[in-house]
Amino acid sequence: MQNPFRSEEAAFRLVWLTIGYFGLIAVAAAINRWAGLAVFLLETGALVMWWLMSRSAQETPVKQAPAAHPPGERRILVVANETVGGVALHDAVKELAHGSPTKVLVVCPALNSPLRYWVSDEDGARDAASQRLEDSLSAMRAAGIDATGEIGDADPLQAIEDAIRTFVPDELVISTHPEGRSNWLERGVVAAARERFDLPVRHVVVDLGDGRDMPASAAPAARQTADS
Amino acid sequence: MSSHAEPLPVHHGTANDHPPPIHYSSRINPAIVGIFLFIGSEIMLFGSFFTVYFFDRVVNAQSHPGPWPPYIPGTHIQFERPWFVALINTCILVTSSFTMHWATTACKKGDRAGLCAGMVLTLLLGTTFLLTQVVEYHRIGFNTGDTSFAATFFGLTGLHGCHVFIGLTILLAMTIRSFRGHFTPEHHHGLEVGGIYWHFVDVMWIVVYVTVYVL
Repeated sequence: MQNPFRSEEAAFRLVWLTIGYFGLIAVAAAINRWAGLAVFLLETGALVMWWLMSRSAQETPVKQAPAAHPPGERRILVVANETVGGVALHDAVKELAHGSPTKVLVVCPALNSPLRYWVSDEDGARDAASQRLEDSLSAMRAAGIDATGEIGDADPLQAIEDAIRTFVPDELVISTHPEGRSNWLERGVVAAARERFDLPVRHVVVDLGDGRDMPASAAPAARQTADS
Repeated sequence: MSSHAEPLPVHHGTANDHPPPIHYSSRINPAIVGIFLFIGSEIMLFGSFFTVYFFDRVVNAQSHPGPWPPYIPGTHIQFERPWFVALINTCILVTSSFTMHWATTACKKGDRAGLCAGMVLTLLLGTTFLLTQVVEYHRIGFNTGDTSFAATFFGLTGLHGCHVFIGLTILLAMTIRSFRGHFTPEHHHGLEVGGIYWHFVDVMWIVVYVTVYVL
């Protein structure tokens, strides 16, 4: 639902809506008290119906596709937060980068609590994401991957959209915790990314509870569980 | 990749060398959070007064059956609500919303004369509304201590009057800033937020008027 006070123009529209809403009730009530009640119920029902319909009408996203870039170079966009240092993710990126000149951009959304998000208190979240990103980039570079990184928007889909505009990738890799522990999977981020972005999307599951999937500095063994 | 997809307007070579600032469009603007919280608290404040009003009207009426508004104590004459004067006042306040919107639209179009004229008119109409309400209080013939109806009547209309006074103070500052040229088509956040508040005051008056004077 859009905030009726989001702008002066919207608030001005609300004034007229209020006049219409209460005006009809007042006129009907002047004729008959029960008619006033009936108009109130009808108007309120119509408003609720309109709200529900306008809500479902906003669901369809517009597909976005990256522009073509010079041949011979492959670009991979990796989106991960807590799992950014996972061995499975690094293995998946290595596999994709194998055989051709490849650039990798790792975007780490600065996930935050809802309260902190609403009050724009995101410094702590960005610092934590920045630290994880640095560790991950070091590991990728050590493996010979041309990787850069940046902190993205708290909303992972917005972060992907921002990165697509600046990086123009050929493939998108989204790394999450396993199902049941992943907030992104619960929110349908991977499915929404497949729907919204016209790119091959690879989903990599990193189980940080499993010692083998810990960041390279903590656990050298690796395991990859990817699907595309 | 589907064939109908539209490419994004980014040129690959230059975009990587000099990337534009990231578009953090999902970040919540602190000013918007502020107005959300403010209006939320205002709605709760008015809501509490309306609760008292409806309690008095519905629940108390069951223990003291009779018409609404109730009889003046000791008589068989009902309290008279000056609905016609209030209707004129409603028209004045609605017109002030119109002039407020005119001022904002003029500012966005770079029409400074329109902005100043709109602000002055809004200020004058708002002042007229408040003065009319004060005069109405003097002539109304009952006071806050005369039954719970009178108390809730003055409570609701007085609470709204306080908001109009605050709104007029904001409008005065906005009018002065308009004449000083502080607002431009690109930068007029102060005007926008003040306008939102004024429209909110207008919306609340329509609710108060219909509830207290008409129904």
